[in-house]
Amino acid sequence: MSSTTADAHAGGHGHGHDHPKHLAHHFETLEQQYGSGKLGIWTFLLTEVLFFSALFVAYTMYRAQYPEVFQFASQYLDTNLGAINTIVLLFSSLTVAWGVRNAMLGQHKMLCINLLLTLACAGGFMGIKYVEYSHKFHEGTLWGGHVDSIFKADPADISETMKEHSHAWNGDGELVAVKDLDPVFRQRLGLFFAVYFCLTGLHGIHVLIGMILLTWLLLRAMKKEFGPDHFGAIDFGGLYWHLVDLIWIFLFPLLYLIS
Amino acid sequence: MADSSHNHDAHDDHGLAHPVPLKLLFAVFFTLVGLTILTVITGQMTFAGFDLALAMVIATCKATLVCLIFMHLKYDKPFLGMIFLFSVLFVGLFLAFTFLDSNEYNADINAWVRDNMTISQ
Repeated sequence: MSSTTADAHAGGHGHGHDHPKHLAHHFETLEQQYGSGKLGIWTFLLTEVLFFSALFVAYTMYRAQYPEVFQFASQYLDTNLGAINTIVLLFSSLTVAWGVRNAMLGQHKMLCINLLLTLACAGGFMGIKYVEYSHKFHEGTLWGGHVDSIFKADPADISETMKEHSHAWNGDGELVAVKDLDPVFRQRLGLFFAVYFCLTGLHGIHVLIGMILLTWLLLRAMKKEFGPDHFGAIDFGGLYWHLVDLIWIFLFPLLYLIS
Repeated sequence: MADSSHNHDAHDDHGLAHPVPLKLLFAVFFTLVGLTILTVITGQMTFAGFDLALAMVIATCKATLVCLIFMHLKYDKPFLGMIFLFSVLFVGLFLAFTFLDSNEYNADINAWVRDNMTISQ
């Protein structure tokens, strides 16, 4: 029944079978083919959750062990940029979900627009991430022992956002509060940034892979390859993109909102 | 879903396409934005030890919405949702067992840190 669609499938598959154009030979029906793909992508998403879980467990262990370190270090992250990035990703999730709907209904033009919007959001997300990362490299809020450099930084090199934590800065550009802290505590600040860079870095790699995937889907959508009986690739690519969003939904409060 | 390409009831189990209504997609998006604002606001307050729990409850609500509507688990075979829940369950086990183990070695680690950690000046 699904084989009779308004979507024109004029030719190209010229070996006189009576099966639907998009049905691969090793499947009985389109439903079976779609169901198999769905099972496949969900199994992949399961491995993705477990993949990320190692870093989430590392985060939890270290935060449980050194809650004061996480609380202190978290103030060096820009909550506004994190919140904007959250909204950007949520919007991209909306456009991807909308795109899946477009593909199901054979709305080629809207599908292309939604995929383009999603790509733009992904680019925006990476752009904001770049701003955040370069800030941290500039200010030396980095992993491991590198974090120590923030205590030696030239005050002229310290941005206004850093100075806003003024209770911690004195006229010499030193973090007064930190100076008085236990040296071991200072050393451990790098732990937070190590976890931060690993988690957001791995997530960022997933966004980049998602952008490649979205570009490929967009190119196919522009050739009007998707329709009511053939939207699996859009659906599965979308599911991957939603998972990237899901991970960020948890990363944002865990990293940026430690009060 | 009057514009569905299939004329039969969308909940028939043999329908391939199940487009999520546009209204619902937008409602979910705005709810997610609202919850994000809420978590930023509550993140700036202090709730005597419940901060993390509250943030995680809000995040879980957001994740559930994304899973059910955006990822259309609500309309899919329950087995797919079960796969996902199992992954979450195993993350919980991973966390729990690591916690048990870590406390086992705490004393040793702290002793080593005190004796060996050098601070660069």
